[in-house]
Amino acid sequence: MKRFFGFVQKEFYHIFRDRRSLFILFGMPVAQIMLFGFAITNEINNVDIAILDRSQDASTKEIISKISSSDYFSILQHIKEEAEIEEVFKNGKVKAVLYFEKEFSKKLIKQHTAKVQIVTDATDPNVANTISNYINSILSNYQEEQNRSITLVYQIVPQSRMVFNAELKSVYMFVPGVMTVILMLVSAMMTSISITREKELGTMEILLVSPLNPFQVIIGKVFPYIFLSIINAAAIVILSIFVFHVPVNGSLFLLGLESVLFIVTSLALGILISTISTTQQMAMMISLMGLMLPVILLSGFIFPISSMPVPLQVISNIVPAKWFIVIVKGIMLKGVGIRIVWKETLVLLGMTLLFIGLSVRKYKIRLE
Amino acid sequence: MKEETVIKVEGLTKVFGDFTAVNKISFHVRKGEIFGFLGANGAGKTTAMKMLIGISAPSSGSANVAGFDVYTQTEDIKKSIGYMSQKFALYDDLTVKENIRFFGGIYGLSKARISQKSNLLIEELGLEKVAHSLVGSLPLGWKQKIAFSVSLLHDPKIVFLDEPTGGVDPITRRQFWEMIYKAANNGTTIFVTTHYMDEAEYCDRVSIMVDGNIEALDTPKNLKTHFGSDSMNEVFLKLARS
Amino acid sequence: MSIRIDHISKSYGKVNALDDISIQVDQGELFGLIGPDGAGKTTLFRILTTLLLPDHGSASVAGYDIIADFKAIRKQVGYMPGRFSLYQDLTVEENLRFFATIFGTTIAENYDLIRDIYVQIEPFKNRRAGKLSGGMKQKLALSCALIHKPEVLFLDEPTTGVDPVSRKEFWEMLKRLQDKGITILVSTPYMDEAALCDRIALIQNGRILEIDTPKAIVEHYPKPIFDVGAHNTYLLIEKLNAYAHKHSVFPFGEYIHYTDQRDGFDPLELRTYLKNEGLQNIHIERTKATIEDTFMELAKQ
Repeated sequence: MKRFFGFVQKEFYHIFRDRRSLFILFGMPVAQIMLFGFAITNEINNVDIAILDRSQDASTKEIISKISSSDYFSILQHIKEEAEIEEVFKNGKVKAVLYFEKEFSKKLIKQHTAKVQIVTDATDPNVANTISNYINSILSNYQEEQNRSITLVYQIVPQSRMVFNAELKSVYMFVPGVMTVILMLVSAMMTSISITREKELGTMEILLVSPLNPFQVIIGKVFPYIFLSIINAAAIVILSIFVFHVPVNGSLFLLGLESVLFIVTSLALGILISTISTTQQMAMMISLMGLMLPVILLSGFIFPISSMPVPLQVISNIVPAKWFIVIVKGIMLKGVGIRIVWKETLVLLGMTLLFIGLSVRKYKIRLE
Repeated sequence: MKEETVIKVEGLTKVFGDFTAVNKISFHVRKGEIFGFLGANGAGKTTAMKMLIGISAPSSGSANVAGFDVYTQTEDIKKSIGYMSQKFALYDDLTVKENIRFFGGIYGLSKARISQKSNLLIEELGLEKVAHSLVGSLPLGWKQKIAFSVSLLHDPKIVFLDEPTGGVDPITRRQFWEMIYKAANNGTTIFVTTHYMDEAEYCDRVSIMVDGNIEALDTPKNLKTHFGSDSMNEVFLKLARS
Repeated sequence: MSIRIDHISKSYGKVNALDDISIQVDQGELFGLIGPDGAGKTTLFRILTTLLLPDHGSASVAGYDIIADFKAIRKQVGYMPGRFSLYQDLTVEENLRFFATIFGTTIAENYDLIRDIYVQIEPFKNRRAGKLSGGMKQKLALSCALIHKPEVLFLDEPTTGVDPVSRKEFWEMLKRLQDKGITILVSTPYMDEAALCDRIALIQNGRILEIDTPKAIVEHYPKPIFDVGAHNTYLLIEKLNAYAHKHSVFPFGEYIHYTDQRDGFDPLELRTYLKNEGLQNIHIERTKATIEDTFMELAKQ
C-alpha cells in the first residue's frame, strides 16, 4: 500500500508541475462552460419585432405597450397580413412577429382563452428560443395581473412557432454536452498521455523491472484522474447552476454516481489507448480523433441524433458519450430517476467492463 | 607555401544574461585542415559553433567564416558550409536517393548536377543495392557515411561535424575517417566538435574549451607531450580537473 | 555464478539481434559487454532484466530463471537503461525517494551503499532532475538503481554522451561498488573502457567475437603491429592500402596501425616503398595492440 501511495504522490507531482496539463485540467472546463453558456444564454435587448394585430382591442394594446416598454424589445413595424410575416423575416431586421388572433379581448373574457402566436426567426435557434421565452414571460405576467383584479380566470395561450428550425431542443443541452466532453478529455486523454509518457521517456522500463505489479502502475496512474475528474464534474454542475441557472430537476446524488461511472468508462478507454500507442503524440491523436470527434459529432451533443442519417444513428450507439448524455439530460433537465435511465446505465457499465477487459488482455508485463 | 585561412575568430563572445557561455575565444583554421573543437558538455562549444555557422549572433568580437562575416553575411556563410550531426543527419523515412535529391535541392543544385552527384556518391560508397531503400533501414555506420557525403554535395569550403562517429563500429569509423582525410586532402576544411577524445586523436589540431575559454590549442602530439600524457583523454582530464 | 546465459537467440523480423549468445558472469565480477551501436547489447540487457523473452535459449540471474521467476528477478536487480530514464520534473530527492518507495525500502535504510555517489549530488537535491548536467544525471540514475541494494546491477551504456571527466569518475564508482560484492554487467561502445573490466565480451551484429580478460584479449592479437605516420595521412592510407603485403590498415589517431601478411616483415622495406611513393617525414614504429585492434581483427573474419 505504501508503494501505491508513493506512486500516486509522484503522479500528483507530475500533474501539478506541468502547466500545460494543469491548464487542460482546470482551465478548459471553466473556459468551455463559459464559452457555451454565454454563447447560448445570450442576454437579449432591444430586439426588433413586428406586430400583427387582428383585434386591435384594449387587451392587445395593453400587451403591446407592455412589450414595447420593456428593454428587451422595440417594435419596428406593424403588419396587416399573415403573408407579410415571411417577408419581414427575409428583410432580416425583425427577429420575431407577435400575432394576435381576431377578437382577442372578447375571447379572453367570454371563453377565458385567447391565442397569440410568437413567430421567431430561428436561423439562430438560441436567440429565437430566448426571445420566445421572454415574450412568454411578459404574457404570463400580464395574465397574472388580470387574474388578480378579476375573479374569473383568463387564459392567454401563447403558441410559439419557430420557423426555419422547427425541431429546436432545449437550450440547456450544452451542460450535459460540455460535461461529457470534459470528462472524456480529462479522463481518457490525460491518462493515455501520462501512461505513454512513461513509455516514451523510458521510465516504464524501470517500473517494469521493479517489484511494482503492472496493475499497481496502471491504477496508480489512473487514481489521481478519478479524483480530478470528480472535482471537474462538480465544478461544471456548480457553474451551470449558479452562473447559468440551469435547473437540476433530478437527484444530484444519482447524477454524481452516473458521472463516476462515466469517468471510469473514460479512464478504461484511456488505458486501452495507452496500450496501443507508443508515443504521447500518438495517444493524443487517437484520443482526439477517436474520442473527441465522436463525442462532439455523434453523441447528440451538437447534432440531434434523431436527425442523423440512419447509418450514423446506428454508429452513435457505440459512442459511450451518447449514453451518458441521455442520462445527464434525463436527470438534470427532465428530472427522471434510475427507473428511467437504467438501460443507458447498464450499457455504460457493459462498455466499461469490456474496455477494462480489453486493456487487461492487451497490457504487457514485458516490452513487446 | 602560403596558407589560406578559412576561419578567423578574434575575441568572440556570447553572453546569456549574466552567464558568459563563450569568453573571448580566438583561433584560426587553415584551408584543408581537420580542426577538432573539444569540450565537456556545457563548456560552450555548441554555442560557439552556432555563431560560426551563422544561426546565433555573437555578443562581441569578430569572426570570419569562408570569407564572410558572421554578423552581416550569415546567408553567404550557410551557402558555403556543410553540416552534419549525429543527432540529425538524414530523413529516415526517405530513401537514399530522395535524401540526396532533397539536400541537393536545398542548396540550389541543378537537377542535372544532383543526378550526376548522386550517381557518383552511390557508386563511391557502393550503395547501388540500397539506393532505393529507406535510410531508416540501413545500419548506423552507413547512414553516417551517406550523411557525410551529402554534406559535401554542394562542394562547401568548410564542413562542420558534430560528434560524427559516436557509437559507430570501429571498422566503419575508420572508413569514415578515411573519407574525412580524403575530403581534407581535396581542400575541404573539416571542423569537428566532439567530447569523444578518440575522435580528437584524428585531428590535425585541436582546441579544448573549458568553461567558455579555450584552454589549449595545438596538435594532439604536442598537447600530449606538453601535458606528459599518453592519450588525449588524459590531456583532457588534466585540463578539466585543474 | 551470478549470471548464466545459455545459447540465447533473439530476432526482430529478419534481423538477428542476438545469435546464440552464451556468457557466464561470476559473483562479484565487473563484466563488460563491448560493442558498437546495434550490436545487440541492449536486447541482451532487456532479456536479462525480464523485459523481453528470448526466441531460444535460457538464462538465469542471481539463481532465478528469467522466464519462470521473472518477478523474483525484478526484486533483485538494479537496472539503468541506456537513455536517461528518470522523472525530469521530479527533484533529485523526489526521484530517489520514489524508487526507494516502490522497492519497499527507504533512503535511510540503504544510504551506506549510495553515500559515495549521492553526496556529490546532494547539494542539488531540490533541483529538478531535468536541469542536471549529464554527469550528475548519471550519478542520480545510478543512485536510483542502487537504492534497493540489488545483488546484480545492469548498466546499459552508462557513459554514452558523458564527458571524459564524468566517465572516469563513473568507473571509479563502479570499482567501489564491486568491492561491496555487487555483480555488475556493464555495456559500452568505448573500447578504451574495456580495460577497466575484469572480463569482457566483444560483441558485434549479435554475435560474440571473444570472451576473456582485457589483458588476454590484447595478448591474443596474432601479428606485430606498427604505428605508421607521414606528412599526408590521406596519401599514406592510399599507399599503404596499395602495398602488396599489407594485412590491415586502420587509421588510429595520429598514426596508422599497419600489419603485414608476412612473418618476417622488415619495416625498412615498407619505409623504402613509402619514400618511393613520395611520402615525407615517414615514421614507423612497433606498437602494442589495443582492444580495438583485436576487435577489428576479429570482426574482419
